[in-house]
Amino acid sequence: MQVVESNIFKALADPTRRAIFERLTRQGEQTVHALTGSFHVSQPAISKHLTVLKRAKLVRHRREGRETHYTARPRSLAPLADWMSRYGAFWNERLDRLENLLERMDK
Amino acid sequence: MTETVATTRTLTIERELPHPPEKVWRALTESSLIQEWLMGNDFEPQVGHRFKFRSTPVPNWDGVIDSQVLVVEPVSRLSYSWGTIGMESVVTWTLTPTAGGTHVRMEHSGFPSEESAAYKGAKYGWTNFIGKLENVVGGLD
Repeated sequence: MQVVESNIFKALADPTRRAIFERLTRQGEQTVHALTGSFHVSQPAISKHLTVLKRAKLVRHRREGRETHYTARPRSLAPLADWMSRYGAFWNERLDRLENLLERMDK
Repeated sequence: MTETVATTRTLTIERELPHPPEKVWRALTESSLIQEWLMGNDFEPQVGHRFKFRSTPVPNWDGVIDSQVLVVEPVSRLSYSWGTIGMESVVTWTLTPTAGGTHVRMEHSGFPSEESAAYKGAKYGWTNFIGKLENVVGGLD
């Protein structure tokens, strides 16, 4: 519901980008070269996906020689996890209001 | 209060209400009553009916929730979709009569399976992902 989440949603809306991110989360740092080999897509396509993930702050990169290495930044998912606690508070408050309404309906 | 189901997250809240199920059902399904405790709406208790909940707009969000009625089993079960920016989820109410009134169970969940999310297309493809978030975020620090 907020702009930071919206960027993360957009970045993860694509199945290939989601797969890239999950792979980086599970297996740690990977080179663009290794990722290209894993996903059977062209290197420019992988690079484009990585750029979108980078803009959403879901990955970071470092250069070493001719290779660029990418790492997941799972901490950037925290705003999405807040979804649960926000809705928990929301529904508990609304259910309090529902109970108040039910009391008033008695009259 | 919360539990994990398949690959998606479900928020579950349960309450015991000292009121008969029929009365609780009215509060859940009559538009003017819904407005009093939840939000402005054009709800109708008909499966397939599309409607909107309207809350106060905030920056980056117009306050509109796009919904569709999915299940209407009078005095027992009510379900509708709950769509906001970037999120498609489902709210389900289950009423069970008790000696003192009604047991109410509210579940708010994302899509239940890889298949359904894939079916909905890339727009909602990330919804599966939300189920894995807690593990990932929980693994931090």
